[in-house]
Amino acid sequence: MSDTDGRRWHDMGGLEAGPVRLEEHDYALWEKRVDALMVLATTKGLFTVDGLRRVIEDLGPDYYEKMSYYERWVHSVNQNLIEAGAYSLSELAGKMAEVKARGTTYGECALNELSSPCAGGRDD
Amino acid sequence: MPHDHHDHDHDTPHSHTGMSSSGHPYRQDQDEPLTYWQNMEIAVRELLIEKGITTELEVMRQIDQMDNRSPADGAKVVARAWSDTAFRARLLEDATTATREMGFDIGALQLIAVENTDSVHNVIVCTLCSCYPRNLLGLPPDWYKQRAYRSRVVKAPRKVLAEFGLVLPDDVTVRVHDSTADMRYIVIPARPAGTEGLSLAELEKLVSRDSMIGVALATAPE
Repeated sequence: MSDTDGRRWHDMGGLEAGPVRLEEHDYALWEKRVDALMVLATTKGLFTVDGLRRVIEDLGPDYYEKMSYYERWVHSVNQNLIEAGAYSLSELAGKMAEVKARGTTYGECALNELSSPCAGGRDD
Repeated sequence: MPHDHHDHDHDTPHSHTGMSSSGHPYRQDQDEPLTYWQNMEIAVRELLIEKGITTELEVMRQIDQMDNRSPADGAKVVARAWSDTAFRARLLEDATTATREMGFDIGALQLIAVENTDSVHNVIVCTLCSCYPRNLLGLPPDWYKQRAYRSRVVKAPRKVLAEFGLVLPDDVTVRVHDSTADMRYIVIPARPAGTEGLSLAELEKLVSRDSMIGVALATAPE
């Protein structure tokens, strides 16, 4: 589409597409956390909603199909925070490795002990 | 913390269905293998906390605030607009201020309320992304963010509305409002017949999320 009319991929109003799939889900904790980080980071002036969209739009159409909504968001929030100087790429790499080494599931790796009465992140 | 219990089906009366109390499936989360993007979320959050940019408490409070916003908020606005002509006029004139007056602050964004009548039906979309009146309706449903809805509702709104089970008479004008990052819309559905004398609380029950997006009508009283 973008080859012929100058549109970028996200500019999809009026294009052909299949029927609407009437699907919805309750947001998972990690998705809500991504949303919260976006709101907090923009409220604190680290970046703007335009920055969020710029990085998502730069992903291109393939990733729109492959990644879920909050996967695109966390990618963009992270990119914007690095650009804002909140932390460096190497700090991110180090922290991601540290997190991954904690366990195999999100619950195990997220810890949640910082202010939670459920110590250890295993919320049972 | 309470948010960590979302995937514990046995805590809900709907455990046998695997559905949440709102009737939707849970997205896989806590007990599934960590994904690359979940790994990134944890890392970003912990880095921001370590750097003193935010705190775990702030993140929790932000999620609480998110969880506390729901279409019930929008329904309060609609029921009041149906019942209070002076408020209705203020709402249609300047929805940002009128809803703030009810405690639903939209922050720096602008809100426009569009009213359905016998001759006009309004529906909202964000063709470019997922802009939505979150302060009145909570987080948007998945279909609102889908390519199919975003692409087609601006071109063939009647067809799309029919996919939601809403077939409008040909003499009703359909207006589609494309939201932006700075400008959000909410549909004020038409007040159903036979609702004279109902209380605000009774009216609110007739106002669904979908009726405020414009893919449904307000429910007629039983």
